Amino acid sequence: MDAIAIENAFQEKIDKDLNIEPKDQMPEKYRLHLIRQISQHAHSEVIGMQPEGNWITRAPSLRSKQILLAKIQDEGGHGLYLYSAAETLGISREEMIEQLHSGKAKYSNIFNYPSLNWADIGAIGWLVDGAAIVNQVSLQRTSYGPYARAMVRICKEESFHQRQGYEIMANMMKGTNEQKAMAQDAMNRWWWPSLMMFGPHDSDSPNSGNAFKWKIKRQSNDVLRQRFIDKTVQQAEVIGLSIPDKDLKWNEEKQCYDHGEINWEEFNQVINGNGPCNKQRMAHHIKYHNEGAWVREAAAAYQKHINELN
Amino acid sequence: MSTDTQLDLWEVFIQSRPGSHYTHAGSVHASDNQMALQNARDIYTRRNEGTSIWVVPAKYVSASNAEDAGMFFDPSNDKMYRHPTFYVMPEGAKQI
Repeated sequence: MDAIAIENAFQEKIDKDLNIEPKDQMPEKYRLHLIRQISQHAHSEVIGMQPEGNWITRAPSLRSKQILLAKIQDEGGHGLYLYSAAETLGISREEMIEQLHSGKAKYSNIFNYPSLNWADIGAIGWLVDGAAIVNQVSLQRTSYGPYARAMVRICKEESFHQRQGYEIMANMMKGTNEQKAMAQDAMNRWWWPSLMMFGPHDSDSPNSGNAFKWKIKRQSNDVLRQRFIDKTVQQAEVIGLSIPDKDLKWNEEKQCYDHGEINWEEFNQVINGNGPCNKQRMAHHIKYHNEGAWVREAAAAYQKHINELN
Repeated sequence: MSTDTQLDLWEVFIQSRPGSHYTHAGSVHASDNQMALQNARDIYTRRNEGTSIWVVPAKYVSASNAEDAGMFFDPSNDKMYRHPTFYVMPEGAKQI
């Protein structure tokens, strides 16, 4: 089949809401779009382990330490599901890691912000994982089968993350004035970066056209962001946290919250490498990847040995 | 840097409870079957999703071709008589 025939047959399948599977023919641009998106998603899960890992040894109780460890292990697992999904598109794990290290592949901006104290672990679970869930629930219906299936699995696990974060915030809001102030401070620092996780406004979203046509993306950045805001404002009110947005108000007519302007200048600065932790996150990943080389070499030597025996 | 192998790809099948089918769960990288089983356990069964796991080197999986699905599955298309609903039960007869 020539390229046009392939594209037509492909689009026909998409229009019928059929999933695309690894061995199906697909336009090269669809394949590349997915590799970019899924690998970026995988890198985000893995880099996202860093701000939380920062607090394992300083968790305030054995219970919270066990929970945090389990959550971080989940994030590593999510990265692996997603790397596997991307590999079905013909890119190797090595290439993806190399693209991360060279800066060719990005990861979510949110992980370039620091986790300064224990309240940040609450805010990350509640807001960052909360925003991620809204996005990932929508992606469960994405057109590429392996990606959609990874999302189903991830969503099942992710709601525990959001709840444990909300529990941390709720407990701090029941504590001393100092603890309440810490929780509000974390809220103030994480709220806006969490809104930025959904990406640019629909009117400035350069990659959306094909993503919608191919049903990789099912709902727009602004629709998903709005859903997150409406759910989260309610949860904040219940535990007595205020939203750091003086323009936030209920819109009776639209039945949702209007919010203030997002600082896109900050968003672009962080994407371009000038966030508070960009260099630290990447240096950390590269260091441990390189220091772990001997483990991979030992496994490869063992594999060779086994193969020779058989 | 030295050669950076990420090892072989293995497909993972999980039985969710005794007696049920093994269902494909995903894949892992591993050097050998022991490592593949342990990685599969850590990645796919952190919440009691399984009672048993199979791991199979991905290179040994043969798959039918999606483009040929029509032709490949054609032999069963015109055999409705293989389904119980094909048959008309006499009025009043009870199901066994």
